[in-house]
Amino acid sequence: MTIKSSRYTISLIVVLSLIWIGNSGFYNAMLLSFGAVSVLFVVFVAHRLEIVDEESQPLQLGRRIFAFWMWLLKEIVQSNIQVIKRIWLGPKSISPVVMQLKMSQQTDMGKTIYGNSVTLTPGTVTLDIEDDVMTVYALSYDSIQYLQGGEMDRRVKRLED
Amino acid sequence: MAIFLDVVSWALLILGGFMCFSGAVGIHRFPDFFSRMHAAGVTDTLGSSLILIGLMLQTGWQATVLVKLALIFLFILLTSPTASHALAKAALHGGLRPKLGKPEVSDEIPEKFGKPRSESVNNQL
Repeated sequence: MTIKSSRYTISLIVVLSLIWIGNSGFYNAMLLSFGAVSVLFVVFVAHRLEIVDEESQPLQLGRRIFAFWMWLLKEIVQSNIQVIKRIWLGPKSISPVVMQLKMSQQTDMGKTIYGNSVTLTPGTVTLDIEDDVMTVYALSYDSIQYLQGGEMDRRVKRLED
Repeated sequence: MAIFLDVVSWALLILGGFMCFSGAVGIHRFPDFFSRMHAAGVTDTLGSSLILIGLMLQTGWQATVLVKLALIFLFILLTSPTASHALAKAALHGGLRPKLGKPEVSDEIPEKFGKPRSESVNNQL
């Protein structure tokens, strides 16, 4: 086991233990030992599956991901208000478009975060990603223009390095 | 203080309920599969988050309940875009095409999704 993979093993043990303790709320020896056995078993299975790596646990994102989440929550609230307005105004207020947009992310993780963020904000859905082009379906042309403005793209790109 | 928390929490719960209701109305009002997915997205994101935050204020700061509600919140935000994307992709593979408001400004759907079904070829809204 190299140093790199033991870092991900330790973080997996810490995360799983926190989930167990946070959900159980009992601190007697019997239940805590059950927790330890479960955590070790899951870590063993994860190693057998070879999913203990930077893809399942993007530790390199560090604290930056929290700042991104805060910003994304603000965007989600704003676009929700737009969509709710359109729902109550009726089908005449929407004018759906499909557009292909360039994305600047290099890594699979960056592309996934960007694609999922676009889908999570109501009003835009990622239909497909191929190489560095993504196909987006939007309820109106405004949301496409907002994505073309590239603020979300830049913020996800910054998470990568 | 308890009354203040109650008022805030009920305001959040009612607002969240209204969001979920709007999402449901949108599913009925919007014209095709793809636009209905957006209406469902309102329920997924703002509706569920407001209700969960409202419920968190009702727990009396019990750590285990707060952790569970926070985990539910996190899992909804991580899984719902994945599900939406899978739904949209499956619909495209099945030959369904979105009805477009302005076909002249839209790009083509990639060819790998195959031929559209005959009833969705004329896709003007």
